[in-house]
Amino acid sequence: MGDPGTKEVLSLEALQASASLRTGRKHVLSLVVQNRPGVLVRIAGLFARRGFNINTLSVGPTDDDNKSRVTVTVDGATVPIDQVTKQLHKLVNVLKIRDLEPDQTVARELALFKVGVENGPRRAEVLQICNIFRGKIVDITKQSLVIEVTGTPEKIEALEEMLLPFGLIEMMRTGEIAISRGRDET
Amino acid sequence: MRAVDAIMECLKAEGVEVVFGYPGGANLPTYDAFVDAGIRHVLVRHEAGGGHAAEGYAKSTGKVAVCLGTSGPGATNLVTPIMDAMMDSVPVVFITGQVRTDLLGTDGFQEADILGITMPAVKHSWMITDPADIPQAIHEAFHVAGSGRPGPVVVDIPTDLSKADIPYEIGQEVPLDLPGYQPKFEGNAKQIRQAARALAAAKRPVLYVGGGAVAAGAQDEVRELAHVSGFPVTCTLMALGVYPAPDPQWLGMPGMHGTRTANYSMDEADLIFSIGARFDDRITGNLAEFAPNAKFIHLDIDPAEIGKNVPAHIPIVGDAKQVLGKLIPEYESLGAEKARLDDWWEKIHGWQAKYPLTYEDTKDSEIKPQFAIKAIWEASGGDAIVTSDVGQHQMWTAQRYDFKEPRTWINSGGLGTMGFGLPAALGAQVGNPDSLVICVTGDGSIQMNSQEMATATQEGLPVKVVIINNGYLGMVRQWQELFWEKRYSHVDLRDPDNEVPNWMKLADAYGWTGVRLEKKETLVDDLRAAFATPGPVLVDVRVVREENTYPMIAPGAAARDMVG
Ligand SMILES: Cc1ncc(C[n+]2csc(CCOP(=O)(O)OP(=O)(O)O)c2C)c(N)n1
Repeated sequence: MGDPGTKEVLSLEALQASASLRTGRKHVLSLVVQNRPGVLVRIAGLFARRGFNINTLSVGPTDDDNKSRVTVTVDGATVPIDQVTKQLHKLVNVLKIRDLEPDQTVARELALFKVGVENGPRRAEVLQICNIFRGKIVDITKQSLVIEVTGTPEKIEALEEMLLPFGLIEMMRTGEIAISRGRDET
Repeated sequence: MRAVDAIMECLKAEGVEVVFGYPGGANLPTYDAFVDAGIRHVLVRHEAGGGHAAEGYAKSTGKVAVCLGTSGPGATNLVTPIMDAMMDSVPVVFITGQVRTDLLGTDGFQEADILGITMPAVKHSWMITDPADIPQAIHEAFHVAGSGRPGPVVVDIPTDLSKADIPYEIGQEVPLDLPGYQPKFEGNAKQIRQAARALAAAKRPVLYVGGGAVAAGAQDEVRELAHVSGFPVTCTLMALGVYPAPDPQWLGMPGMHGTRTANYSMDEADLIFSIGARFDDRITGNLAEFAPNAKFIHLDIDPAEIGKNVPAHIPIVGDAKQVLGKLIPEYESLGAEKARLDDWWEKIHGWQAKYPLTYEDTKDSEIKPQFAIKAIWEASGGDAIVTSDVGQHQMWTAQRYDFKEPRTWINSGGLGTMGFGLPAALGAQVGNPDSLVICVTGDGSIQMNSQEMATATQEGLPVKVVIINNGYLGMVRQWQELFWEKRYSHVDLRDPDNEVPNWMKLADAYGWTGVRLEKKETLVDDLRAAFATPGPVLVDVRVVREENTYPMIAPGAAARDMVG
């Protein structure tokens, strides 16, 4: 291939198509959207209509009242990530999208676990596990505990596994939020 | 002033000459504003007719069209034209009435969540919550509908808000606030240069032109590129006329009912330059087997089209007219010899000679539908604005009318909406009062919006509707014949005992001239006379009933395996 401005033609055989449609890894998409009625429906509807499966989705305010932050995680093995971001960009209320690089990103989610343990040795064991995971007890009754924990999805899943044998009554997760490392804005 | 009067002023500021619509309770205030506004309003007979008429107006003129409907059923009747406009990228601003704000969400009388219903069918939409926002929403709606990749937008206005008094003065500048909407027009200079080099290297290239070239008004550039490069050209169903047919470099239309030459050329091409086309499944056939030897330059103003269905080796995001304007001199500067295409053209000429578009004509006076299309072409001098409905007649017209200019072929491509043809013709006639506007339709399709015959009469729109009357839902019958062992199921429209409808009486009832034509020998002259008749004319052309549309790529098959 020649330099810009030369008369050289290129060889068609050498032309490569852009990267594969399926990246095969997890993607964390961070969107800044205008705070308008229906904006979440537009985003969720787009995913549903095009058959893009959402793993987690979380929405929250930002430091600007007119904007919200939406964090979506999708599986790049089943979803054409390039199409996802391009289609999202077409939504007029979507201002910015970043497909966060995993190693350039701090991602966390919050989970609440309700465990059915009475006072006694089993409860002590649960408290110990909770400590190891840096969890907090946020509610306690004679029959139950509620544990709050933040961390990566892997950490939360590990805690879930540990708590299951103790009688996990229910669990709730927020889905991930993510922020880029370093000085630049996400 | 009242918000509705501000709407009228905003429409005027946008250069709106005509609005298509239908009134009802929730948009009564808007209709009151029409009384003094001095904007032409075309009263249709069904909101779907209004939506398709707006599409016909927009498609034939390139302007943003406006369509109004009331809340509830009025709005839901607009869903089909909204989706149709979305699929074919037609710029239409739909303004719907909505129930009073205090009734919203209560299942109030004639309440329908039209924003929710149409969310997957619009480029964008606005729900008015503060009447002071109305002028801005209207101007933003026009901007979004008409710029970038055009498309439909909806502005939903609760009736109480539309009556409110708002601070607005005639001629007031209304700033837009669309930070998330920034279409790109220029195209990346490096990519354009790269594309020029690839074109210069190609030995078996095809220019594959789609509706984006029409939207961009890029016909001069497409023709010039074809001229300087000597490349063969094919235009999709949405782009017929961008490159004039017939012409030595014209391959015909590609796709399911395209020419063998166009499909085989794509199949054997080493480079396909897609100019505003989107590789729809009706073009590619089996995607896995589509154009196996080709590299793709994909030019589109919508980045999401690039790489969606086929890989893009050289993607260019931009407006077809602007990008081609820069690409042509780049290409010329490379001094590529046309002689390198000699073998390619020899091959193409071979296909053209071997597989012309033919059919077997009748031995008697009976009219073959293909003959009828050629007769329409001849009787109209080949330069009418032609709208169509959906089915066999649509494909025959696309194959055989030989469109010479863009925006003269108006049809429902992406959605394939029966009932589109007549209202679209009315819209096209409103936008082009001096043109001959012909709607080529089927006896099935015309009945989906035949109520609009009344609109034509009342508005004095002299459209000519030609029914290619085979007494069948022809295209469905064809599929049942070919793919369902000829087990005809509910496709016969003829009642042996009655003529339903009696077409001549129908014409008469609506104040149209009706003509029934059954003889091949006089068909061209009879059509010529019909087209010369003042006022709207319904021409019932009786054709051979079980003719099939060929050639054809069977659904799911590869282009090279065309049949018929
Ligand atoms: C609204 C709508 N309903 C159903 C169809 C499915 N369909 C496609 S072609 C066709 C038959 C059209 O018959 P006619 O208008 O008589 O045209 P012909 O094929 O006979 O030329 C039908 C029912 C459609 N395209 N649109």
